[in-house]
Parts: sequence; C-alpha cells; structure tokens
Amino acid sequence: MAVSVPQRRLQVRADAMQTVLAFAALIVLFVVFSLASPNFLQFSNIVGILLATAVNGVLALGVTFVIITGGIDLSIGTVMTFAAVMTGLVITNWQLPVALGVLAGLGAGAFAGLINGLIIAKLKIPPFIATLGMLNVARGLALVLSDLKPVYFTDTPIFNTIAMGSLLGAIIPGFNIPNAVLILFGAAMVASVILNKTILGRYTFALGSNEEAARLSGVNVDRWKIAVYTLTGLFSGLAGVLIASRLNSAQPALGQGYELDAIAAAVIGGTSLSGGEGSILGTIIGAFIISTLTNGLRILSVPQEWQTVVTGAIVIIAVYLDIVRRRK
Amino acid sequence: MDNALVLMEGIEKSFPGVQALSQGYLELRPGEVHALLGENGAGKSTLVKILTGIYQKDAGRIVYKGQEVEIPNPRTAQDLGISIVHQELNLMPHLTIAQNIFIGREPRKGLRFVLDEQEINAKTQQLFDMMHLKLAPRTKVADLTVAKQQMVEIAKALSFNSQVLIMDEPTAALTDTEIQDLFRIIRQLRAKGVGIVHISHRLEELRQIADRATIMRDGRYINTVQIQDVTIPQIISMMVGRTIYEATPEAPETADQNVVLEVRNLSRGRVLKDISFQLRRGEILGVAGLVGAGRTEMARAVFGADPIDSGETYVAGKKVSIKSPSDAVQHGIGYLSEDRKRYGAALGLDVEANIALSAFNKFLKYLGWVDRPKTRSTAQHFVEALAIKTPSVRQKVKNLSGGNQQKVIIGKWLTADTDVLIFDEPTRGIDVGAKSEIYKLLNDLAQQGKAIIMISSELPEILRMSHRVIVMCEGRITGELPITAATQEKIMHYATQREAYI
Repeated sequence: MAVSVPQRRLQVRADAMQTVLAFAALIVLFVVFSLASPNFLQFSNIVGILLATAVNGVLALGVTFVIITGGIDLSIGTVMTFAAVMTGLVITNWQLPVALGVLAGLGAGAFAGLINGLIIAKLKIPPFIATLGMLNVARGLALVLSDLKPVYFTDTPIFNTIAMGSLLGAIIPGFNIPNAVLILFGAAMVASVILNKTILGRYTFALGSNEEAARLSGVNVDRWKIAVYTLTGLFSGLAGVLIASRLNSAQPALGQGYELDAIAAAVIGGTSLSGGEGSILGTIIGAFIISTLTNGLRILSVPQEWQTVVTGAIVIIAVYLDIVRRRK
Repeated sequence: MDNALVLMEGIEKSFPGVQALSQGYLELRPGEVHALLGENGAGKSTLVKILTGIYQKDAGRIVYKGQEVEIPNPRTAQDLGISIVHQELNLMPHLTIAQNIFIGREPRKGLRFVLDEQEINAKTQQLFDMMHLKLAPRTKVADLTVAKQQMVEIAKALSFNSQVLIMDEPTAALTDTEIQDLFRIIRQLRAKGVGIVHISHRLEELRQIADRATIMRDGRYINTVQIQDVTIPQIISMMVGRTIYEATPEAPETADQNVVLEVRNLSRGRVLKDISFQLRRGEILGVAGLVGAGRTEMARAVFGADPIDSGETYVAGKKVSIKSPSDAVQHGIGYLSEDRKRYGAALGLDVEANIALSAFNKFLKYLGWVDRPKTRSTAQHFVEALAIKTPSVRQKVKNLSGGNQQKVIIGKWLTADTDVLIFDEPTRGIDVGAKSEIYKLLNDLAQQGKAIIMISSELPEILRMSHRVIVMCEGRITGELPITAATQEKIMHYATQREAYI
C-alpha cells in the first residue's frame, strides 16, 4: 500500500498530461502568432477564432464519446449537413416555426446516430465501415432533399440570430461575442456532466476500457453503445443547426472533411483512439488549437493548402506523443 | 440432498466439434469450500460458466435452494446470489476500483441518470473494511498489481451478498502471503454459510482450505470425496485415469547424440525462471504442464517472439542471438503456434501462399518478383507429401478442416526447412482421426532428423509421442523424465510442484 499511493499520483498525472500539453501548445500558438502579427490579438480576430471553433467544437464533443468507447464516427460531418438541410426544409420550404426547424435538425442528427448505433451494435459491423456508409448516405440524402440547391433562411431573420446574435453583447455593450460561442461552451458543459456524472458517461468509459468485462458484469452493452452513437448524432445535429444559422443557409454540398477536424480535435486533446480515455476539456482545447492554427497561418498569409498540411502533421505528432506516453 | 445449496445434474454442453460436458454433476452445500478438480479441458470452467449464466446448458437441470432455476445470463446469476471470480481478470483498467465493483448497478441520485459516486466509494470502503483489505476505492485499477486486481474481483463478487461464490483459479497469480489473505476471507465467508466452489490446480492447497472435492475428467463427473478421506495421489489418479489412449505405441527411438539446440538460464520477469534444456537431433521433447505453467511463453522466448531478461541460446553448439522470429528462422528454429487462427496461418490466403509464406525469399526472382511456378510446385509437393485434403493449392486455408490447416502450417515450416520445430499444442481442436496423422507426421519428421519440441496439455499425447519429457510449473522446469520412467502420475506431481509450499 505504501508503494501504490505514489504510483497512483504518477498515473493521474500521466492521464492529464496530454491535456496539459495541449493547453501549453495552445498558449505557445497564441504567443507565437501575437508576436508574428499585431492583428492576431485584436478583439475581432479572437471573436473570429471563437466563432470558427463553434461548429467543429460541437462536432468534436460528440465524437469524443464514441472514440472513448473505442469506436469511431466518420459520418458526423455529412450528418451535420443532413441536419442543416432538414432544418432548412422545415423552416423555409414548409414554413413551419423556427423552433420546430431546430428540433428537426437535432432530431435528424440523433436519428442518423441511432441508425449508426443499431448497425454497429446489432449487425456487428465495425464502426469504421458502418459510419463510412452513413457518411455517404447522409451526404446523398442532403443533396436529394435539397434538390442540390442551398436552402436560405431569408424569410426568418430570427434563425440567423441563433448563432450570430449576441446575448452577451446585449448585456455588456461592446462585448459582442456571438451566441454560437455560448452554445459551444454550454454544449461542452452538458457533455462534461454527461461524461463524468451520469450512467451514460460511466458506460462510455467502461465500453472502451473492456467491453467484455462490462458485458460479464451484466451491462447491456448493445443498448449503451446505441445510446452513445445516438448522442454523437445529436451533437452533429446541433452542429448542423449552428452552421445553417451562421451561414443563414443550409449548404447541401458542405460537410465532408469536418469529421476529420473534429476527430483531430479530440485526439489532440488526449482522447485515446484505443478507447477508455478522454476528456471534454481536452477536446475543447484541441478544437481551439486547430482553429487558432488555421487563423494564425491565414493572418501570416500562409496559403490554405499549407494550412491543411500543418494540421495533418499536428495530428500525427499528437497521436505519436500519446503512444509514447502510453508505452511507458 | 435436502441441504444442498446448488445441485447441478445431467448437465450437457457441446461446442462445435467438441462435447465439453456430458452428465456434469455438482452438489454444493452452504458453508463449505468445495474444490472442483480436473486436468486442463476436464470441463470445470464450462460447468461453472453454465452455473453463472455465461454459457447455456444443452440439457440437465440446476436446482438452487430447492428450486429448479434457469440461468440465461450473468445478470440472473448475480440476482440469484451466484457470483464468479473469473480465471482471466475482467476489470476495466481505466475505471476506479469502486467504479469496477459497482459496474452495471450504480446507485443513482436525484434524476435516474446521475451517478452517486460518493455512495459507491463508501460502500466499497465498507467492503474492504470487512475484508481487512487496505485499498483505496478511488484508485484506478490500471495502477494495481495483478494480485490486488484479483482482490478487487473477489470484493466485487462478495458485494452481491452472494450465497454462492465460485473462484476459477484465484490463486494462480498470487504470492503466498496474498493466498493467505484470500484464504482468510474464504474462511470468513464459509463461517457465514456461503457455499464456495474453488477451482485450483494447486492440489497442496486443498488440505488448507477445502472440505470436499468433486473430480472431473474429459467433461465427465468422476467422484465427490471428503478431503480428509483421500490422499493427493488418489486424487491425481482420479483426475488422469483415463482409458481412451491406453496401449498406445511407444515412440520410435530416433534421437541421436548431436545437440541441435541448447537453452541456458532463460528468464523473463515472473513468467520464466531459469529455463535450461538441451534438444538432440531426431528427438521429440515433450513439454508438459498445466495451463499457465509458462510453456508457450518458453517457446515464444526461444523463438524470439517475446523479449527475455537473461539467458543464452546455442544452435549446434554455437552461441546465437535471437531477438526476433526472423532471427530464429535464420538459425533454423520454427514455431507452430497453439493458436493457429491468430498466429499460425493466414486464413484468408490460399494453401500455396501459406506454404510459401515463411520462406518467400526462396521463391524470389529479380526485383522481388515471385516465382509462381515454383511456389505452386512446392505447395503441390507438400499437399501430396503431407496428404493435405484440399481441392487445390488455390483453396483458401480457412475452408480446410483443423487437421488440414495444421498440416499446411507444417508444410510452411518444412519449406522454411528449419532444423528445430516447436509444436505448441499441435492437435488442439483436431479430431481423433486427424490426430493420429499428425502424430505419424511428427514421428516421420523426427526420423528424418528434425529436432522437435512438443508442448501439449494432453498427458496421453505427451506419453505417446515424446522421447523425453520436461515438466513446467510456474515458469520453472520442475522435472525431467526419460519416456521409460514417465507416467501421468509423475508428470502431474511435477506439474503441481510449486516453488514454496504453503
């Protein structure tokens, strides 16, 4: 016992290490970019970074759950688009109330997630394949339902304020941080409570840590797996509503590639692709690293193509650091 | 049996190709420690897995507290008060001790959805206090030693207020002090009227802890005895006394005096301790021992598949350094894994590709181009020579029977033409007819001058095939017997010889 206590402290430190490292990396990025360009630290640019993080951040929150179970969801990007189109159809084409449109978006995301979960848990199809299929299904549906055309929300200006209005700005004059950012932080808090305080969060970790042990302990493994994928879908739905509101339109061709940025955010934040480990704080930091990097490189006039190269390299480095840490 | 807590009778269970249990029987009384004994594969684990709802019986009945019950899943067993500590650890390393113990039945507070973490920590602490265990409920399981993890498993089983507690080889990973702790807890439970089923290969533990014992062999019930009425040799003879393979032919004498492989003082952590042996040309060296004795680990270490802490290997008298399987193959050592499906054959590939696999550079032309006519003719040669039953060399290996898959793997190693072949459980999962073909093949190979190490859990197989037998227990070689002196009883004696008697 005398031995195991200090051992435990070390381990806890190692677990939090990736989050700490990620946070340090974020600070370093801020310092470097603000030294390199006077424009970087301007209020409007910081708001830009926050806003750019909102959609990817919400997607990353959702995908964090499935990654902790040891699974993956490649369909989050196009499910987001599918949800955005559903919202557009309900509000613009069918002229139903905005609230109903929002619910339709969230519902469409959750439904796609539910189908993912059913396919994975019941048909025993590997998550990679099942959600790769869903990626295409959702993309196709988004195109079919929208008839290949963007759906605009010009008749319902209130919809645009969901993401782009500023509650904070109304309370504190001049502090015009868009609602999308509030929604991101709200969603992160909800996600954190679910992951750490609820039964669903507990089984999310249990599935990723040792699924067979959970099964033998009487946990209904299939049901909870379905629940986790549904939750991920719900977050994708929220991202869909956010992006539609922000662009004031549902763009049916958008969405592919978003899943990789979101997965990258989770992984950079210390969520282990082999399951059992991960945190909401880490994912949020990861999402900010990606958008800060993109923003900073743009300010430094690095071409878009090179920005992609850098993000890709960062993901590989993050995963490698994680592997090195785990090996010890 | 009015006072029986559990009565299982007429239990039948078969898996594809194997009758694991026939007429399984167990009678457990409250307040007793009941040892369940038998060789590897005797059906002990299958029997208790049926009692705990992990497997479903094909036939038979289970009576619990005087009532016939069906146990369709682990949850039902738990609800009835029947708990098991598994042979393999079934914990979630990323969760804390308390989270592991209460997984699947977490207390909630307020909303049905929110966990009450304080309560599980408090309950776990109570449990540990009762067991006199000094562990912190919030410690992550990954940070515990295997022995402590075992204690967590036991605490978990106890937390169900179980009337029946089954322990499947709980002491295999424990040190003597830890075993004493465990026995203290077992005695406490017995005093409270809990019925305990104790599966262990350590026969010398029985006198310490068990009241009665049920002996099984080949999936059948043999006998139930009072421990004080029998001696350990009597128990061993009940465990091994089978008749099926008696009057088997003696292995032909092919070994000569050239030492092909010598291993000196091989050690690896707690798994292998100071292993030394010699292997001669044309010899079949049988390696006996119980599950977990370290036989496969020894083979893998010799083959370079696992790193070793210390030890030397000599091939034909010359010291060699083997750090990887490809080193081993270069020095003429081949290894046929016990787990054919995972490590032995590329199941999705055809017979031809499998046979060429470990020696592809023999079939290469310029620029890495594969000489297909040559691989084909080689494969065809071995299909005939080894009598592999396959429609063609293009057949995928997964479509062949177990025995023929094993022959393909043998063909693969013959292509690589190594002098030493290590067969790990060469006839596992292979039916009786194909077994004798594999035996004949092994004999032929020895006669042609190959040196063979044969690891087997089946004592009759060891006795029938080997020229010499080494017996392992807990990572050490505890005995060596020339075939003329080897009997099942002697081998079992060495196989249960623990380092420190308790």
